[in-house]
Amino acid sequence: MIEVKNVEKSFDEDGGKRQVLFGINAKFYDGKVNLIIGQSGSGKTVLVKNLVGLFKPDSGEILYDGRDITKFDTKQMKELRKEIGMLFQGSALFDSETVMGNVIFPLKMFSKMTAAEQRERAQFCIDRVNLTGSENKYPSELSGGMQKRCAIARAIALNPKYLFCDEPNSGLDPKTSIVIDELLFDITHEFGITTIINTHDMNSVMGIGENIVFIYKGHVGWVGNKDEIYNVDNENLNNFVYATDLFADVRKYRLKHGYKPTRITQK
Amino acid sequence: MVLLKSFEKLGSYCALMWRSIGIPDKWREFFKRYMAEIYKLGIDSIPLILIVSLFIGALCTLLIKLNISNPLLPRYTVGLTTREIILLEFSSSILCLILSGKIGSNIASEIGTMRVTEQIDALDIMGINSANYLIMPKITGLVTIMPFLVIICMVTSLFGGFLICVITGIIDTDTYIFGIQTLFIEWYVWFALIKSLFFAFIISSISSFYGYTVKGGSIEVGKASTDAVVMSNIMILLTDVLLTKLLMM
Repeated sequence: MIEVKNVEKSFDEDGGKRQVLFGINAKFYDGKVNLIIGQSGSGKTVLVKNLVGLFKPDSGEILYDGRDITKFDTKQMKELRKEIGMLFQGSALFDSETVMGNVIFPLKMFSKMTAAEQRERAQFCIDRVNLTGSENKYPSELSGGMQKRCAIARAIALNPKYLFCDEPNSGLDPKTSIVIDELLFDITHEFGITTIINTHDMNSVMGIGENIVFIYKGHVGWVGNKDEIYNVDNENLNNFVYATDLFADVRKYRLKHGYKPTRITQK
Repeated sequence: MVLLKSFEKLGSYCALMWRSIGIPDKWREFFKRYMAEIYKLGIDSIPLILIVSLFIGALCTLLIKLNISNPLLPRYTVGLTTREIILLEFSSSILCLILSGKIGSNIASEIGTMRVTEQIDALDIMGINSANYLIMPKITGLVTIMPFLVIICMVTSLFGGFLICVITGIIDTDTYIFGIQTLFIEWYVWFALIKSLFFAFIISSISSFYGYTVKGGSIEVGKASTDAVVMSNIMILLTDVLLTKLLMM
């Protein structure tokens, strides 16, 4: 579990300071898909960067299963990083390596496995994300969805305890988005990972949001899950989630007629 | 303001170099990358070096002959002057200026693109010292291979001069060969090799710095690779003056 306590962060700007995060409190649970949602500029990317240690908060605590990473030195941080997997918005695959090369890379750098074991583990991850047969392709030869899946395979290669995803669905079509969402959901439950997804894709929010943290102008606006989100009387949240007429209609309909839980809940 | 900015840049350059020079996470990976960089930055530059030095050697001989056809000067002056020009300046400084265009822009744009596509962040998140992983093999690789490139350049340039003697008959080859052997000072070769080590470090580290600190997109990557080449050229020239003063006097 990752716990965030009173995290504040501001940046120096010409002629003063601009505060981005104001006393953020949140909990992200093991084996659950935790979503951080919010408008562009609300501070959610800054929050995620604080969580993974790319930024240092001005005050407050970030506890990884009780370990406060804001007090970590470089060496401890390095050790912690081995427990973290991260999926970047643009996949961030290494262009010079094949799919296999990308997935095996963290194993080569950190694990004490033999070469054969490394290949086996990498192959397992590649199979898990359904990329079997593309091992020797280069990232430039893959489609957007396949690149994302390859990045997921790389992120889970070292069996991370914590998985961070930065807008995993940006630039993907709705169907591929669902594939990625379900993959992340399944992996989270299968391996008991603490998954934190930074997103503004409402389909993901409705589909896999087991624990949703809504960030509004640097504050925590709302916390809950995808089934509660229909009955909330929070204006800021509703303005954000039901921004399109379609979702507003869906909400009206569902509130009136009730609804069947989404596929993922049935599992 | 400009002064302050330059100091800031120098500071972050030093900080980056401090981060990149250290014990690699995995030696095996380091050596693999080290060999790859030697091949990519060094061996792949040999065709360019051959062409450039062949022509410069030939042109030096040709122009010196045309400009100092004076009965008071011995005929072997042509070979001697060609040799001194090549050993003292061309084979190290000018060669590195030329190579900084090829290697510098290559390094800066490669690392810069990795930066803008978040590949460097991905390395950092994995817990790898990205500066060390990316920059160290490039610096050590280029510093290792550069003296060999300089030697290749020296030999080819002198051969270029010889070739022009054969082709045009402007002076006879015996005189040329006598010229390039006369009053030979071995130290000049060492001087060129020592200089080339410094220049190799300058090219690889400055280009890496510009690439590593890119912020933005394709335009910034392009700008970074231009800046990298310009800055390494300036630094090469400055260091050249400094080293010549230190080593030759």
